[in-house]
Amino acid sequence: MSEPSTAPDSAATSHPEPIVNRLSIQVATVNGSGSQTANNTLLRAIFQMGIPVSGKNLFPSNIAGLPTWFTIRANADGYTARRKEVDVLVCMNAQTAQEDVAGVPAGTSIIYEESLNLSGLRDDVEFYPVPFAKLVRDVCPVVGLRRLVVNMIYVGVVAELIGIDTEEIEKALQKAFATKPKALDLNVDAVKAGLAWAQENIQSRPRFRVERMDKTAGKVLVDGNYASAVGALFAGVTVAAWYPITPSSSLTESLIELADKYRLDPETGKKNIAILQAEDELAAIGNVIGAAWAGARAMTSTSGPGISLMSEFIGLGYYAEVPAVLVNVQRTGPSTGLPTRTMQGDVLFCAYNSHGDTRHPCYYPADIKEAYEFTMHAFDAAERFQTPVFVLSDLDLGMNLWMAEPFEYPEGGIDRGKVLDERALAEVEDWGRYKDVDGDGIPYRTIPGTPGGKGAYFTRGSGHDEYAVYSEDGDVYAGNVDRLKRKISGSADYLPQPEVDDRGSQVGLIAYGTSHDAVSEARDQLRGEHDIETDYLRVRSFPFPASVQAWIEAHDRVYVIEQNRDGQMRNLMRIEMPAVADHLQSIRHYTGMPLDARTVTDAVVAAEASAKESN
Amino acid sequence: MAAAPKTNKLGLTVKDYRGGQSTLCKGCGHDVITNTIISAFYEMGVEPHMVAKLSGIGCSSKTPAYFLNGAWGFNSVHGRMPSIATGVALANRELLNIGVSGDGDTASIGMGQFVHMLRRNTPCIYLVENNGVYGLTKGQFSATADEGSTSKGGVANDLPAIDLCTMAIELGCGFVARSFSGDRKQLLQILKAAIAYEGTAMIDILSPCVTFNNHAGSTKSYDWGKDHEGPIHELGFVPNWEEPDVDFSEGGTVEVPLPDGGVVWVKPLENTNHDPRDKAAALKLLHEDYLDESVYNTGIMYLDPSRETLQDDMDMPAEPLWNMPLEKLRPSRAAMDEIVEALR
Repeated sequence: MSEPSTAPDSAATSHPEPIVNRLSIQVATVNGSGSQTANNTLLRAIFQMGIPVSGKNLFPSNIAGLPTWFTIRANADGYTARRKEVDVLVCMNAQTAQEDVAGVPAGTSIIYEESLNLSGLRDDVEFYPVPFAKLVRDVCPVVGLRRLVVNMIYVGVVAELIGIDTEEIEKALQKAFATKPKALDLNVDAVKAGLAWAQENIQSRPRFRVERMDKTAGKVLVDGNYASAVGALFAGVTVAAWYPITPSSSLTESLIELADKYRLDPETGKKNIAILQAEDELAAIGNVIGAAWAGARAMTSTSGPGISLMSEFIGLGYYAEVPAVLVNVQRTGPSTGLPTRTMQGDVLFCAYNSHGDTRHPCYYPADIKEAYEFTMHAFDAAERFQTPVFVLSDLDLGMNLWMAEPFEYPEGGIDRGKVLDERALAEVEDWGRYKDVDGDGIPYRTIPGTPGGKGAYFTRGSGHDEYAVYSEDGDVYAGNVDRLKRKISGSADYLPQPEVDDRGSQVGLIAYGTSHDAVSEARDQLRGEHDIETDYLRVRSFPFPASVQAWIEAHDRVYVIEQNRDGQMRNLMRIEMPAVADHLQSIRHYTGMPLDARTVTDAVVAAEASAKESN
Repeated sequence: MAAAPKTNKLGLTVKDYRGGQSTLCKGCGHDVITNTIISAFYEMGVEPHMVAKLSGIGCSSKTPAYFLNGAWGFNSVHGRMPSIATGVALANRELLNIGVSGDGDTASIGMGQFVHMLRRNTPCIYLVENNGVYGLTKGQFSATADEGSTSKGGVANDLPAIDLCTMAIELGCGFVARSFSGDRKQLLQILKAAIAYEGTAMIDILSPCVTFNNHAGSTKSYDWGKDHEGPIHELGFVPNWEEPDVDFSEGGTVEVPLPDGGVVWVKPLENTNHDPRDKAAALKLLHEDYLDESVYNTGIMYLDPSRETLQDDMDMPAEPLWNMPLEKLRPSRAAMDEIVEALR
């Protein structure tokens, strides 16, 4: 699975000598064959050698049998966005081998199972046939395990050919098989068999090599779903309700794992959290809304189809003013779509989710740090603004391993918003659940069970006045929804502000979420290869603060870069900032693959060229 | 000087358990149930602020506004009250959930959540105010309407009815009762027992819709109920602070103690002898009733207080989660170091 392109990696152009620490490895295997552990071993070993690295798992919606690809990108300059081109290809899947070979650029080194007879296919690539089937027979006596163990043999071959340290491979394996010592030995033996065979039988070496450097010291390798789970844990989540859906399942599963260890009460031995697998997403969000209404910090994790089912409750949460944290790990829609591929597909859907007039605070995390911090902060925002809040992660961030700085321990407390307890209630003369006392649109709420005889109220999704009493009065309705609009608008300054990198250019790029890495790299390509300097604004939340419009106005041409067909963020900006609506051009990528820099660079170059022409 | 009003064990009067004015049709069965709820909570001495009144959408779901003004109410989404109740139970296990639903809200749109609440044994008194018809949308059949019964316009229902009691027993509910809003005396005792019961207490109550389903041809009308209702036993509930006023040694009386010390008792009537602890007998009784158009059995069909509740099944702490201090929830710096170290 390579997309046709001949562009070399940055600074990797036409070296006759070895290309060090700038390479992409693609492994083509069969889904369910256990190759994930092998691929992560390669990834981790390169990471342990101090080389910036990323891994993207391009997998099918299938338990076993369909083709799957894993790409590893190592890059000394720290570029870790997906790269379309492949430097080293490992062909383990007969089904796709011919197509895999056809798709790589000239000069690629191709390691393959020798019985696939691929070497006649092209003469502008290097072939390394390896007798994997024979090697695995020798190392693994149990026939049923060979399908899995054979993957470790390619780990050994790749390690030998490109120069990955054996000790780092072993360290990575020890991590992977920490709880299965028997499996560890077998896998180490398989790696060694691959190494030894390559050492003895392959004379030449690929141009692409790795060498130790020191750019990953102190860093961690982790997926965004785990980072979100850590964020929720440290935010003090007490109720999590969920329904399994790719690519979000591992978020709550990680939370379960973390809570088993870190939420055990030393006195009672019980877990100070309730995590419930609901019967569907309708119930999961109902559990969250019910729990949050009763005072819990409550969350759910889901993906687009789940949000569809939750939409009725989200409207209730907005109108009845009940906090909720929803982490939406977006995947390719509509409908079932490409359920194991990534997309920034729910930007508009979440911003205005549910019927009637609604508006919801949204976070757009771009990396591990933000997956962790935004998920944590979302609990504060949900309670501060008494409303459902979305964290829009995606499959790329949620399920792939990313290099990151360690999580910073949260300083300070949490924001539980305007809650009146018994004592505070006693001092309030004329409390109304939906009264705007402070002029910020945020009313004071009470928690069921508060004693004292004051503070009980009736929550409803139907029309209600300031005292939560049923009302169908048009003016009361309008006043209430106007207040809600003010309340949510007020969250713009509370949420993470845009990140701006201005270099005095008239060309502005806007991106958000996981497009960030590709855009950063594209900016360097634009500067280095095309002499196009760009300013950059990364949106990190919705509603947009006023600074976004000011920034757009300050640039001649603004390109909104995103991973969907319709330019959803561009359209959201057009709705929210009509004054600059015509000022926003759209660069879109929607193949289900994570965005790569070259796509962005090519699009900006083309757009800038046509802008010049029309001038 | 007027005599001091009667008070319960908390010193509260029945007024303290009332709610807003009902906006349902005059004569609606639901209003009788509302008043019986008021009596039951008053007599049981429940602290109003510790009650969560929950509902979905429909005529029945409006009623939590008509009782216990001192309690928090949540009129949520059609058919989704069980998920709200479950969330509340997880957040604050000290609250007493009472959920009021209807036959449309439970047996059609809410069936999915209903059955899973029963499976989990979510602590909640779950009332189905069953009138066989959608009132707020003017008279469409619901899934509990009997096959062959007719609408106000004379159209016969050609689908079989869902019997919620049978379903609840099959799904492991340990408190399954059926009553009639025309039999306040029985309903009051059932409700008092349900308040003391810990898990899901499902009470299916025939509650006629005076506007859309009270005609000849209906099997959910007042007349039909009065003609067909047959209690399967005399029943009562003795709270843990009261002395029993019945003679348990009297022939055939069955006592079922609840974990809080209260006792549910049933005494056979002339032609019936149902032991509510006998699951198979309960299913048989309901099955025969379903086939026999001439009877509508009421009473406590099945009672098994031994089953673990949702919170016990999840091994939750006794302390409510919602207001646990941050120190108990946020792991230490050492824990964070350990988490990070594992990712290096």
